Amino acid sequence: MDKSVLGKEYPPFEFPVEKGKIREFADAIYDDNPVYRDEKYARKRGFGGIIAPPTFIMVSCFISHDQAREELDRRPGASLHGEEEFEYFQPLKAGDVLTGRMKTVKMFEKQGHRGGRMLFAVIETTFTNQKGEKVMVARETMIETEDDSVH
Amino acid sequence: MERKTLFWEDVNEGDEAPEMVKDKITRTDIVKYAGASGDFAVMHHDDIYALRHGSDRGVFAMGMMSGGYLSHMLTGWLGDGSLRKFKLRFASRVWPGDVVTCKGTVTKKYKESGENRVDCILSVENQHGEQVIVGSATAALPSKRSA
Repeated sequence: MDKSVLGKEYPPFEFPVEKGKIREFADAIYDDNPVYRDEKYARKRGFGGIIAPPTFIMVSCFISHDQAREELDRRPGASLHGEEEFEYFQPLKAGDVLTGRMKTVKMFEKQGHRGGRMLFAVIETTFTNQKGEKVMVARETMIETEDDSVH
Repeated sequence: MERKTLFWEDVNEGDEAPEMVKDKITRTDIVKYAGASGDFAVMHHDDIYALRHGSDRGVFAMGMMSGGYLSHMLTGWLGDGSLRKFKLRFASRVWPGDVVTCKGTVTKKYKESGENRVDCILSVENQHGEQVIVGSATAALPSKRSA
């Protein structure tokens, strides 16, 4: 991990919340809730349309994190996803176009159980919708181990 | 499908969520989640690569795949759109063939920001009773008074 990226803000990126992707994601976590699929049902429930599952935003990470990953994940296979944290301000709705702003907010070191050093990086992404309203914040902790056999 | 509403008045500290079991995780499940999430980290779909890079049992599931199962349990229990915070720590790996169980317990019931909230501790355990995810969540529940 390159410690010089601490505090670095990445260029904002766009993430359109697509109905078909929501269904595909819900299928992949075996969640058959109609609120992720059925427009009419979702309206009846008061959401104004199809919403996305709580962890759906992960879809955006693999689009947006390329640059950050490249800088943090120098040795393939040596970095792990340690933690994930979400704060929700309103449900993600199909049709929303989000803007994500990503920043490396924390980097620290710990001693691993098996002796090797572990390097931690926390990447925070704040998402706003097309109206400029804050929708959610995602914080991802990546861990890089010095010893390849640890992970 | 009718979903039952959980009201704040009916929840008490110590209440447990109905457990949710995801039967035998397959490589297909992992690949399906890779496609849906866009997580094509090679360790999760290429056995030969994974074996050569220190994963002695080959491919393993993404932490957020089990995190997705846990979110399913949570929304089924506390309601759609109710989550305010959701935190997951990936404590151990999930392998093809594993059976995971999602669990939750209410730890605190309180009012905040004009909402009726509950805090919960969460876990996903494998068939050996080992925790693969340790988590927590905060949710806002509807009140019978305003319903």
